Amino acid sequence: MSTAPALVASGISKSFRAVQALDDVSIELHHGRVTALLGDNGAGKSTLVKCISGLYQPDAGRIFVQGSEHRIGSSRHARELGIETVHQTLSVIDPLDVAENLFLNREHTRGGWLGARIGLLDKRRMRNECADTLARLDIRIPSLRRSAGSLSGGQRQAVAIGRAVSWGQQIVLLDEPAAALGVEQTQRVLDLIVNLRDQGVAVLLITHNMDRVLAVCDQAVVLYQGRKCAEVDVADVTKDDLVSYITGARSAG
Amino acid sequence: MIRKSISKQAPTGLPSPVGAWIDRYRHDGGLRQYVVYLAFALILATFSIILHDDGFLSSSNLLNIGRQAAPIAVMAVGMAFALAAGEIDLSVGSVVALSSLVAAELVGNYGFLAGALAALGASALVGIVNGLISVKVRIPSFLVTLGMLGIISGIARNWNDLQSLPIRNDRFSGIFGAGGLGPVSSLLIWIVIVGALGHFALNHLRWGRHVLSTGADRDAANAVGINTARVKISALVASATAAGFAGILLAGRLSIGRHDLGEDYLLTVIAAVVIGGTNLFGGRASILGAVTGALIMAMLNNGLILMGLEVADQLIARGVIIILAVALSMREAKEL
Repeated sequence: MSTAPALVASGISKSFRAVQALDDVSIELHHGRVTALLGDNGAGKSTLVKCISGLYQPDAGRIFVQGSEHRIGSSRHARELGIETVHQTLSVIDPLDVAENLFLNREHTRGGWLGARIGLLDKRRMRNECADTLARLDIRIPSLRRSAGSLSGGQRQAVAIGRAVSWGQQIVLLDEPAAALGVEQTQRVLDLIVNLRDQGVAVLLITHNMDRVLAVCDQAVVLYQGRKCAEVDVADVTKDDLVSYITGARSAG
Repeated sequence: MIRKSISKQAPTGLPSPVGAWIDRYRHDGGLRQYVVYLAFALILATFSIILHDDGFLSSSNLLNIGRQAAPIAVMAVGMAFALAAGEIDLSVGSVVALSSLVAAELVGNYGFLAGALAALGASALVGIVNGLISVKVRIPSFLVTLGMLGIISGIARNWNDLQSLPIRNDRFSGIFGAGGLGPVSSLLIWIVIVGALGHFALNHLRWGRHVLSTGADRDAANAVGINTARVKISALVASATAAGFAGILLAGRLSIGRHDLGEDYLLTVIAAVVIGGTNLFGGRASILGAVTGALIMAMLNNGLILMGLEVADQLIARGVIIILAVALSMREAKEL
C-alpha cells in the first residue's frame, strides 16, 4: 500500500448561475481505503463526483492523480487517469450481454490491424477476461451471454462495478451503488467494496445509509450546503455524530 | 491471450453452449424474438393454400416476390440501424429517387461503377446532413428527415422535368437487378449480401454495439465515453446509404432513373423493420428480422394483388398491419 494519496482534490469550487454548489472543498482518496462522501440532498456530493470524473469542469481548485496535477476534461480523460465512476442511474446497457457491458467502449478486437480499424470484436477474449474479472471479485452472474436487461438489480450493479475495476482502475467513485437494491443484494455490493479495498483500490462511496458507512468505510467527508463541514476517521465517530454533521448541527475536522 | 476451454468461459453459468442458449432464450424474451419467422411461415402457408390456383407458389411468382422485396429489404437493413440508434429516417423514399437519377445521369458517360459510387455518395451526403442537423442543432430526426424528404423530392422532380432518365448500360442493369447468376436473380443475391453485412456490422463490430448502446441509453453510453453524436450521425448515414443502394437496384431493374422511384416505400420499410423485432424507439434491432419483415411485406403485397384487391384496399390492409406491428412493438417496450 503506497503512502501517497491516490487522488487529491483541493479547493474545488463550482457554481451554476447563482447557486454555489461547491465552495472550496478538498478531499483525499487513499489506496486501500474507502472514503464515504456524505451530505443531505443538494449538499454537493454528486457535483463533486462529477468534477472528479470529468463531467463538470470546476470553476476553481486543483486535482492531483497519483501525485501529478491534471485538468480532467472529460470522462474519457478521467478513465485514462485510472478513475472510474459508477453512477446511480447510469449503469449498464440492457440489450448488451454481460461481457459486452464490461468492455463497452474498450472492446478487444481481433484480425490484426484491419480488425482494429473496423472494430471487429473479439467476443471470446472479452468473455474469458470478463469471467476472470468477475471471479476475482466474487461476482456471480448466471451467464455472461445473457443480456444485462434480464439480470436482477444487484447483478446489474455488480456488473457496473465490475466494469469499473475490470481495467485495473485504481480509483473508483460509487454514487449510491445500493440505492435500489434489496437487503441481500446490498450486502453483496458491500462485500464487493471491501474486496476492492483489499486489492488496493481507492474507493469513494456516496451514500445516505449510515450503517453502510460504519460497515465498510475508513474515513468520511461530510458536505453541508456546498462546504466541507467534517472530515473524520469512521472509527472515531458514532452514527449520531455523522447525522449531526450532515444536518449541519455540528462540524469537525 | 491464451485460448481457454469452453468450461472456463462460464464458471458460474450453465456449462454447455446448448444450455447457455436455452438460458438466454428463457431470459431474453423467449418466443417473442422469433415471432417474425413464425409470421413469415404462417403467411406463406396461408397464401399457398388460398392462392394455390393463382400460382402463388410458382417459381416465377416466388422470384417476383423476391425481386419486389429486394429494395425494401435493403432499405430495411439501413432503417434498422437508424431506429436502433434511437433515430428515424423519413427521407429514405426520396433518397431512392435521387440515387436513381444520379446513377442514370452518370452511368452513360462514366461507366457503371462511377455511376453507382456517385449515387451512393450522394445518398450518404444526405445522411450526413440529416445527422449533423439533427445532432448539432438538436432537432428530432423525424422532423429533420421529414423536411429533407420534401427537399430531395423537389430536387428529384426538377432534375429532368418529371421525365425518366434512361440507363443504357447492360453491365449496370445486369449487376444491379436485371441479371443474375444462372436462375438466381442478382436482386436475391444483393438481399443476402446486404443482410449479411448488416447482421455482421450490428453484432460483430464495435460500431454496431455502440449504435445499440446509444439507442438503448444515451446517457449511459456517453458516460462510458462513447461519442453518441457521431454514432447517431453514422446510423443516419447508414440508413441513407442503404436507401441509395435500393435506388440503384430499382434503377438497374427498370433501366431508368425517375423522380418517383421509392416514393411509397417509407411505411412499408418501417413496417418491415418493426415487424422484424426492431424497437421503434431504439435499443433493440434485428437485421435478419428486418429482412424477413421485408419478405413478409412483399409477400403480402403480392398475395393481396393475386387475391384481386384494389390498390385502395391494399393500402388499407397495409396500414392495418403497420399499426398492429407498432402496437406489438410498444407493448414489448413497456414490458422490458
